[in-house]
Amino acid sequence: MGKTALKRTSLYASGASPVNLLQARFYHEDCLVYDLEDSVPIAEKDAARLLVYHLVKYQRPTDKYVLIRVNGIYSEFIDEDLEAAVRACPDAIRIPKVEYANEVKRIAERITEIEKKAGLPVGKIELWCNIESYLGALNAREIAEADPRVVALALGAEDYTASLRATRTKEGLEIFYARNLVLTACRAAGVEAIDAVFSDINDKEGLMKDVALSKNLGFDGKTVVHPRQVDVVNAAFTPSAKEIRYAKRVLDAVEEGKREGKGAVTLDGSMIDKPMELRARTTLAQADAAGIAY
Amino acid sequence: MEIRKTAVAGTLESSDIMVTIRPNPGKGLQIELESVVLSMFGDEIRKTVEEVVSSFGIEDAVVELQDKGAIDCVIRARVSAAICRAAETKFDWSAFDPENGREEA
Amino acid sequence: MINAVGRELPEKIGSYVVKPFLGTGLAKDDYGPVVSNRRPTLKPASGTKLVATLEDAIKASGLQDGMTISFHHCFREGDKIIGQVLTAIRNLGIKNLRFAPSAVVNVKNPSVVEFVKDGTISRIEASGIRGELGDAVINGDIELDEPVILRPHGARPRAIESGDLKIDVAFLGASAADEYGNATGQVGPNACGSMGYAFVDALNAAKVVIVTDNLVDYPCCPISISQQYVDFVVKVDEIGDPAKIGAGAARMTKNPRDLMIAQYTANAIAASRRFKDGFSFQTGAGAIPIAITNFLAEKMEEREIKASFALGGIPAAIIDMYEKGLVRVVACSQSFDAVAAKAIAANPGVIEIDNAVYSNIYAKGCMLDRLNFGVLGALEIDTDFNINILTGSSGEMMGGLGGGPDVADGADISVVTLPLVRGRTPSVVPKVFTLCTPGSSVAMVVTEAGIALNPAHKRYEELKEDLAAAGIKTVTIEYLCELARSIVGTPKPIETTDRVVAVVEYRDGTVIDVIRHLKR
Repeated sequence: MGKTALKRTSLYASGASPVNLLQARFYHEDCLVYDLEDSVPIAEKDAARLLVYHLVKYQRPTDKYVLIRVNGIYSEFIDEDLEAAVRACPDAIRIPKVEYANEVKRIAERITEIEKKAGLPVGKIELWCNIESYLGALNAREIAEADPRVVALALGAEDYTASLRATRTKEGLEIFYARNLVLTACRAAGVEAIDAVFSDINDKEGLMKDVALSKNLGFDGKTVVHPRQVDVVNAAFTPSAKEIRYAKRVLDAVEEGKREGKGAVTLDGSMIDKPMELRARTTLAQADAAGIAY
Repeated sequence: MEIRKTAVAGTLESSDIMVTIRPNPGKGLQIELESVVLSMFGDEIRKTVEEVVSSFGIEDAVVELQDKGAIDCVIRARVSAAICRAAETKFDWSAFDPENGREEA
Repeated sequence: MINAVGRELPEKIGSYVVKPFLGTGLAKDDYGPVVSNRRPTLKPASGTKLVATLEDAIKASGLQDGMTISFHHCFREGDKIIGQVLTAIRNLGIKNLRFAPSAVVNVKNPSVVEFVKDGTISRIEASGIRGELGDAVINGDIELDEPVILRPHGARPRAIESGDLKIDVAFLGASAADEYGNATGQVGPNACGSMGYAFVDALNAAKVVIVTDNLVDYPCCPISISQQYVDFVVKVDEIGDPAKIGAGAARMTKNPRDLMIAQYTANAIAASRRFKDGFSFQTGAGAIPIAITNFLAEKMEEREIKASFALGGIPAAIIDMYEKGLVRVVACSQSFDAVAAKAIAANPGVIEIDNAVYSNIYAKGCMLDRLNFGVLGALEIDTDFNINILTGSSGEMMGGLGGGPDVADGADISVVTLPLVRGRTPSVVPKVFTLCTPGSSVAMVVTEAGIALNPAHKRYEELKEDLAAAGIKTVTIEYLCELARSIVGTPKPIETTDRVVAVVEYRDGTVIDVIRHLKR
């Protein structure tokens, strides 16, 4: 199994728990996030850092995109976290609570220094920035464009709504603006957009509704907090057979039109415009990434 | 490096190992191992612990291990964490960088 | 000599003559006429079979040194009968008995080990000897002249009826009984549900003693064990601990790994062409099986199909399916919880069955031969799909044979479910330590790291086709074995001496493996 290009699901596994870290490789998440931040108590940060370093270095799953979430940029742990995380060589480091582009630049420079010192290829480790406040949301485009290492922004809804003094609801109207803001910034910067967690792990229907909204808005994937959420979210971000068939027909018609030198191409009586073609290409790219034959 | 005080790392959950390190001045390395996989991996666990302890340049210590089926790299992480806590020092992440020329245990 | 699954066996162990396992489907077809110790017996002159104490019953039964006694294990870990009876036997000074329960549960205070140490028991035959007794046997803490004989459920009735295991006195616990010997496990404060493992003993022992704590008016109703087989009835204060006999319905596990294994299993079963209206299945008890049962129920509702029967040890989850109309008949050889225990008396389609009807290979066909799907647990599976359900990673006694080898052989499609690793213990290994179920009878294994089909199983092509059609990916057993090794490392092999302490019989009475004394 090769590493996936998909980022439909990113699952957090607590750096405080060996059994969770070891089990997480067997679920179907595309991206596995070894967490040093929220799931690790302050007194265990040192031990978690060593644990995550060893597990990423020696027991890394080969079929997943591997991330390490470090502690906050202004926390006392960030320097050591970066020293450990870079040397563990994950695919990406995920930085919480990013608010300004220059924070990302500083972290990226620090990573480069460590890569050089450790004799690692420079620039290989990517960055995901968590957008978790109104400042982060407002500066999303600059953050996404701050450094070539940045490949994704991920919305964190709990801290964001707290920063707004908003109430977090299942329907999520309070984060609707932030979702659009982050997503638009991601598209402008050409990075991937990862939607916020749906917190109630027992509410499967609520999750299905929420992830349907994520997908319709245009997100590439979603952070999940529990293994039970993985399959539901993956399914929502995987095109259905019907969608794939339709996309294929759209593109076949476009090809045929090109061959015949037609200016306008129609399918089932309606004209195929550029957005339709783009959507069809996205659908087939997602199907390719999910390994679906068509 | 010197063990200054007693320190613990790890838990008694499945797949983890609880490591307790105590000073043992002038009396060498003493390993006390309890493990749910003693007959399968007892020798290997001791070897790993000796390697990690010596990679910190420690000669004298009592290492008490209560193993609940931790795999090798978890044992390395937990012993390293316990040593740093017992020596009241931070883990030196650059110790194995090329310029320092040391091999990682 | 070496048997058909490559295990090295001695020709003779103590007085036990080894008949090597020849392969599945090669069982000897004639064991001669049924041998029974049962005697045609007149009614008791006193007009009642009730005796005052266990000692009185033992004396009346004529139990002598060197005889064979038996028990059923339907009260599981809550059993208080075995301890009381053995204590009474010891008080009477009777020694050197052959102890032949259907299984040894881990009874403590007193432990069976004490009765071996003081010479009350000198031989043991059961489906498993987990717990203190097993550890004492395998570690050599107790030395027996004869090897312990371990038989799967499907082999015990044959051993009894062919005369290999002649029972002199059967002590059969019942949660309700009358003074004339009619007895049941279905009602009463200590109800255990099905008494499936007691029937063959009742039919064939020279003397049968019913032990109850709940004497009811004549006639006891329902009747599981009929008065015609019973010699004596004894009332004791307590036959068991209801909390341990059958706790309430087990809740669906929340362990995401177990749920994933269960979901894979249900998906694979539902992908089979045999998953259609009128199919039959056995899932068993435990976290993964109960989750499988619940997932199967969902699939059946989706497809609008019903099962003809569910078989074996029954938990509440199956009763729930029955109540939803998803299963026509629930055939219980055992009841795993209080809900299942009470369901037999309450529902016409939930029936108590004799273990011989459930699993006996020499019963002119048993019910598990009619299973479409059988789900099995295991401690280890190897790259030949052989299963170990007896010994743990350090060689210690961990489980009993139960009906696993029988179900694997009888069901059209047998599915082994287990986690790839348990802590640092690999479950998929190059070679199992104790071989209990031959790989040729195992169709597939399901782990959290994927499903592997057995190319040597008779339904391999069919399953491969069905799983592929459903878009279910499979891996090889070698891949699983190597993945487990890459995570936990390579364990040091278990060292044993040459001394055989236990014989593992296959369902046809041949020897599939032996267990040797551990070197410490």
